[in-house]
Amino acid sequence: MESDAELLARVRAGDETAFLALVTRYNGSLQRLARTFVASDAVAEEVVQDTWFGVVRGVDRFEGRSSFKTWLFRILVNRARTTGVREHRHVPVDPTAPAVSPDRFDGSGAWAQPVVPWESDVDDRLVAASWGPRLLQALDALPDRQRDVVVLRDVEGLSSEDVCAVLEITEGNQRVLLHRGRSRLRAELEAELEARGR
Amino acid sequence: MTVLQRRRDELVCQQVVELVSDYLEGALTRRDRRRFERHIRACPNCTAYLEQMRITISETGRLTPGDLSPEARVEFTELFRAWREDVGD
Repeated sequence: MESDAELLARVRAGDETAFLALVTRYNGSLQRLARTFVASDAVAEEVVQDTWFGVVRGVDRFEGRSSFKTWLFRILVNRARTTGVREHRHVPVDPTAPAVSPDRFDGSGAWAQPVVPWESDVDDRLVAASWGPRLLQALDALPDRQRDVVVLRDVEGLSSEDVCAVLEITEGNQRVLLHRGRSRLRAELEAELEARGR
Repeated sequence: MTVLQRRRDELVCQQVVELVSDYLEGALTRRDRRRFERHIRACPNCTAYLEQMRITISETGRLTPGDLSPEARVEFTELFRAWREDVGD
């Protein structure tokens, strides 16, 4: 597979197929990320289109100091933010909410009931067709900022440094949001497995 | 081990679950990392919890974005051509 940098060099030279290859590679990611900033798929699509337009216009100015992916996501976040105030699609969640409900612990802070390990066959169950949509649903239900961070870090695989650059947040802030988001997803996953019967 | 015998700086499970991300991110101080690992070694419940978090993270990483629709391909090809024409002017 050609690297982003190789494709980008061809885009600069006016190569249409290289541009389409980049679009194919990242459009779904952009769409998902955009959707966390705006209230509808239609508006998200506009933001994504606008982002690609920003790419072709800015391709000669891109100096490669960051990765293409980070640069691309930054363009998207900037466009999404100028498109309008983020609409609150979800009830705000207490940012200090614990990773695990306090009633799972006894008075000394130890687990009140054993934590059941997810057996190795769990992995097969998790990737069962019904799981992907469930995890996406849980991701979608996260508070906006937690979702941004989890999507960029764990779905897109950006480094924490790049996530901070894209979202313009501090390292510490990023870690707190990541922790809340991941903890929430784990809890959803646990509930799902319990519902299915271990 | 009674509570009285427990070293004052031992972590309890409820604290451990709040440190899991910092641990996985390598963001704990050396001292805190040692306390964390000491607890994990002695606590099967928190070991299971840590593993659950790892699985959660890797499953999240397996989510893939949707494919590009044929309509979108056409749209983006047009967008690119329009830009090329602009540049050519």
